[in-house]
Parts: sequence; C-alpha cells; structure tokens
Amino acid sequence: MRSSGLWLMAPAFVLLAGTASGNDELIKLSKDPNQWVIPSGDYANTRYSTLNQITKDNVKNLRPLWTFSTGVLRGHEGGPLVIGDVMYLSTPFPNNVFALDLNNNGRILWKYEPKQDPTVIPVMCCDTVNRGVAYADGKIFLHQADTTLVALDAKTGKELWSVKNGDPKKGETGTSAPLVVKDKVLVGISGGEFGVQAHVTAYNTKDGSRAWRAYSEGPDDQILFDANTTELGKPVGKDSSIKTWQGDQWKIGGGGTWGWISYDPQLNLIYYGSGNPSTWNPVQRPGDNKWSMTIFARNPDTGIAKWAYQMTPHDQWDYDGVNEMILVDINVKGQPTKALVHFDRNGFGYTLNRETGALLVAEKFDPKVNWASKIDMQTGRPQVVAQFAPGSQGEDHNYTDVCPAALGSKDQQPAAFSPKTGLFYVPTNHVCMDYEPFKVSYTAGQPYVGATLSMYPPKGENNLGNFIAWDPSTGKIVWSNSEPFSVWSGALATAGDVVFYGTLEGYLKAVDMQTGKELYKFKTPSGIIGNVNTFTHGGKQYVAVLSGVGGWAGIGMAAGLTQVANAEDWHKAVSGTHQPTAAEKAIDTAGLGAVGAYKALANYTQLGGVLTVFGLSE
Amino acid sequence: MKMGARIVFAVAALFLGTGFALAAESEQAAQKPYTVEDGKVDKKTFNGWRRYTESCLRCHGPDGAGSSYGPDLVESVKHMTQDQFNEIVVNGRTNVSAATTSVMPPFGEVEDVVTYLDDIWAYLKARADGVLGRGRPLRIGD
Repeated sequence: MRSSGLWLMAPAFVLLAGTASGNDELIKLSKDPNQWVIPSGDYANTRYSTLNQITKDNVKNLRPLWTFSTGVLRGHEGGPLVIGDVMYLSTPFPNNVFALDLNNNGRILWKYEPKQDPTVIPVMCCDTVNRGVAYADGKIFLHQADTTLVALDAKTGKELWSVKNGDPKKGETGTSAPLVVKDKVLVGISGGEFGVQAHVTAYNTKDGSRAWRAYSEGPDDQILFDANTTELGKPVGKDSSIKTWQGDQWKIGGGGTWGWISYDPQLNLIYYGSGNPSTWNPVQRPGDNKWSMTIFARNPDTGIAKWAYQMTPHDQWDYDGVNEMILVDINVKGQPTKALVHFDRNGFGYTLNRETGALLVAEKFDPKVNWASKIDMQTGRPQVVAQFAPGSQGEDHNYTDVCPAALGSKDQQPAAFSPKTGLFYVPTNHVCMDYEPFKVSYTAGQPYVGATLSMYPPKGENNLGNFIAWDPSTGKIVWSNSEPFSVWSGALATAGDVVFYGTLEGYLKAVDMQTGKELYKFKTPSGIIGNVNTFTHGGKQYVAVLSGVGGWAGIGMAAGLTQVANAEDWHKAVSGTHQPTAAEKAIDTAGLGAVGAYKALANYTQLGGVLTVFGLSE
Repeated sequence: MKMGARIVFAVAALFLGTGFALAAESEQAAQKPYTVEDGKVDKKTFNGWRRYTESCLRCHGPDGAGSSYGPDLVESVKHMTQDQFNEIVVNGRTNVSAATTSVMPPFGEVEDVVTYLDDIWAYLKARADGVLGRGRPLRIGD
C-alpha cells in the first residue's frame, strides 16, 4: 500500500464535515498503487509506489508501449492521473485536458479546450506550463494559465463550475496543480516576478464558492495568522508580516504559491511553501519580507496557520521556497519523528517536525552551495556570506560565482522517497550565477525583476545537474549521478527497487535504488521536465512521463545557459569588475577551457509534446 | 493621456530620435549604434544589456540567444532595421494557432523599455554584428 505503512489509519475519519465523500474517497484511492489519483501521487508527496512488477532485475526489458501527442508544444511539467481505466492529463497553454481510455489504447474519451486570452502568455515568467489536474468526487479540476479554476465532470468533460482566482492584468497567472482536501480544492497563484500579492485559496468542490484565502504577506487577517501561530516553537506575534516590509511594499510583495501542497489527514494540516519577494533587487525592499520563502502549516478547513518557518529572510537570490514538502515518519537523530523533508531552492535540505514546526536538520544537498555557510539551528536563520549576497554592497555591483544560481539546487521538480532505503531521490541543478541588482519601477502586469543574471556550471565543472540519493537524518549524499544538464523532472521510487527520472535531453532513465547504477534508458521525443508516474492496467504495471522541453530550463535552450568559443575570455568578462579573490586566482583555467566545449541543450532536443507509456516487453 | 495617444507619442518620439541621429551623424555611425573597443562597450550598450535582461531575457533568453519560447534575437536583428525593431517592441506581435503560441506583448507603455529602446538596439546590434560575445559586457574604463 502506498505509504500507508508510515501512518496510522485513524478510524474516526468520517468527520462531522458535510461531504465526507471528497475526503474518504480520495484518501482511500490514494492508497491504491494501481491508480495515480493525486498529482503528486499521494498526500504525503512521497512519489513512492509499492508496485513491484517492474524490478531492478527486469527493468532492462522496459520499452515504450504507446504514445500520445498532446498537440501542444512548450514545456510539459506535471504528469497524468490514472483513475480506474481512465487517464487524465493537461497540457501547457491553452491547457487542454484529455481523458484517455486505457481499455482502448488511449482513445480520447473527451477533450476540454478552455478559451483563454493569449495575452496571458507573456505574463508567465517561466513558460506556459501546467503541473496537472486534480480529481475528487467525480470531478476533474483544472487550474488555467489565466487563473481560472474549473471543475469538469470526469465522465463527460462537461464544465460544472468555474471561478476566476486572480487577474493576469496584474501579473497573476496559474501554473500549479490543485489539491483536493476533504470538500475543498486548494490552489495557489504565480506572479512573483510581477509584484503580485500571492495567496493560496480554498474553494468548495461542490460549487466553487470561496471558503478561505491566505495571502503570503500582509496584515494578520489576510495572511490568516492568529495568536497561536508559531515559528520554531515561538508565537510570531501581531503583524509578523507587515512589520518586515517598508511601507506598503507588501502589497506587491510576491511570495508566489505555485508549487506543491501536501496534507497530513491525521494532524489535519496542509503544507506548502511561498516564493520570492518582489523585486529581485533586495535594496528596494529592506526587511525580512515575511512571509516569502516560508514553509506554512495550515488548517485546511479554515486556512489558519499553525506554524510557519521562513528559510531565506530578505531574499537576495530568488530562492523560491515552493518546492514540495515531503511528509514521512522517520528516525531523525535517533528519534521517531513525524517529519517534513524539503529540498529548497537555496540548496539546503531541511527536516522539520511537521507537527510543531521545530527545525531538526538543515544541510547542503549540493556541496557547491556558497551563499550561506550554514543554517543556525537556534534561530533558523542562514549565516549569509556577504561576498555571495547580491545587494550587500548595494545596487549596480555584479556579484559573481554565487551558488546555487537563482533556479536553485532544485526547482519545483519533485523528489521521491523510499521507505525501503529511508533515502530521498532528488533531481538537482548544479548551476552558479552572476547577479547584479539595479533599480526598477513597478507597473502592474509588467515584470518587477531588477537584476541581471548569468548562469553557468560551478568553476572547473561541466555538468549542470546531478541525480542524488540523500540521507535525511545525516544530511549526506549517498550516491550521485552526474548529468550534463539540470535534472528537471519529477522522480519516482518503487518497491521494485527502481528509481525513475527524466533528463533534459529527453531520456527516461531507470536506476538501481541502492547504488544509482543506470539500468535502462530511452530517448523520448523531447526533453523531459514532467514527473514520472506509475500505475497498472489489466494487472500490468506501466510507467508514464510527458516529454516537452521548456519551463525555466527552456530559457537555456539555445545555448545551454552559456556557450563560448573561448572560455577564458568569457570568464574574464563575467568576473571583470570583481576583485579576484585568492580562490579565483587558484582556479584551473585549463579545466575551465574544457567547459568551453560544453554543448548547448538545443544540440540534443527540440520542442515537443508527447506522453510516453512504458511497460515490460510482452 | 489616453492609451492610444501614449503609444503614438512613444513611437513618434522614437522615430523622431532615430531620424535626428541619422541626420546629425555619419552613415557609419547609424550602422553602428554601439561603441565596442577591445571587447569593452560604452555606457549605452551596457545599459542596453541590462535593460534587455530585465525585460526581454525571460522570453528571448540570456544575451539574446533565444529560448524554447522566444526567438534568437541575435539572428533576428540581422534581418531588420532599427525602425522595424522599434515597431515590434512597441506594438508587440502575436502568432497564435494550433501550431504555435507566440505572443510578444507591446512594450510601448513600459517605461523601463521604451526609454532605453535605443540602448537595447545598440546591444543587440553589437551581438548580431559579431563584435560582442555572450555574458555580461565589460565597460570601457573598467
């Protein structure tokens, strides 16, 4: 059973709540490994399947069995749902939804084509992605680019209700997968690069009426914090957000909520993170900028926050805190703990007690991380290294060799956990940056960024990504597979001792869970930024993944983030005005010369939009 | 000022500016709106790189190199005049069909772009002419 061994199944679950059907049904369904009913696989976001028909011994016989073109190009994030004999998937803009009949080789049962104003496209900072639909109660929920949340009849695709969650004219857009918890569907919002005041909103699944909305920054009644809300065990007090912003800046404060939401039914808490504060120029927004870059634990019925923890106060790097919150019951420093494990953009892997919000472990999951030396375990604050803190010496100064780059040591691409090994399997980026803040003005609907950016692999290296196995209680990397490009797909771990992930060149890879040894690979039609899912049909196990390069990784398409004939000249150019440190003088430029031969992503793949379903050869 | 009037004003200001430059400077200067000495650029071209990064990079990629959703401008700029470039930036360009969803928004009312459009052109032209490589340009005097 998927992850059920990790939690007690509390019997008194049929709450007093009205429609318990969305509650019981979804929890029950999410424990059936034959289906994939929640975008992240299960409420705990473990991306672990107990299916074991495909094993480390037979996965070499895996092959693509059928494919489906989505009819859309641009970045394909997310992955398909499988409920019973039907597969559901959404596409990048225009966000078409398909219901495919698994009994009939993926024949299209219905197709829903929203009509959206294409002027939303340029307001989406990082490609027109969509991270998937949600299911509950016979309904499919789609979160559209233009922020419309729509409920469709799962059998017919007919629209049941529709609400507008935000306003693209203000730079608000939708990319995230919704999550249904009990009788409510939760949805975040994007726009941290456009100065929005982001929020998570809960709508009643029955009719789309709004239940509650919690902003990422603002007065207490907007952020839904009360006298009991704590950070690291201490009450945060009144006005915890607005007193960390200058004047009214919180109104255009960002804190996008475009990542994944997880849920603990026993504790009755939902967990998610907020993104960067607006602008990217930290000099223009003094203060800690709470509650951007924060892990929130909220009551799903009311939205009130039980606890919060801000990982990167006064962000100077764009290290959004939206990555998945993985809920696992593990031993942490010898103690059985209801843990929350989070691999943040900022390069630190955090382990918290998900009940109390206590901080237990915070260690770098990429040794090249240099913006902070460590996290102070008493205060929870990072020890920032001024040399790598853009803005610390004011605007109009270029901060070089800051690691990780803004896209982080890991972006939204979700990791997987295996209870068999107790390890996490994490798709990572291995990229550093130069970052120069400068003054910008705010215009509604226009980017509110104010920084230049150059990105490249860490000095002396030429791989932009690693797929790693991580031990959450020691905070150590157990094995690491180097990849030429950032690993931008969601991982999958299975009871067959296999871990799956996709690469930006387009490979679907299967590796040995214990050792990381590559067991199978297949090049799909386009780079993979989607999440690998698994399900069964007719008693046979399948693995499915979307191909379609794009997302923020697509920004580097044309030149793999950098492509230079003469690496030395280039390196001088990017470090030009910066006083060389002793470390830089010691750099092996010969090694860097090899980097000059580094190839562009565009040499490996082009745009695409294809679902590939793999299985063992018949 | 009404929206339409503002766009017309912004475009007129640009064309006026371009026309003035053509009249006042030599033919060669008009072909080369940038100054690049020894791989280093003048203030105008550097500012063009900076403003490009703020407003154009998110679709057109770092240093004009293109992305999976915006074309390679280093190539595009080789095939257009400055007037044509200004027109597209100010008014935008939409190409939406079953096969493509390319929407370039109009920047005619975006202060951070329209004020510095000559600088952005200078930067991209330097790139297109092959006299400036990728990465953050060094400034003359650095």
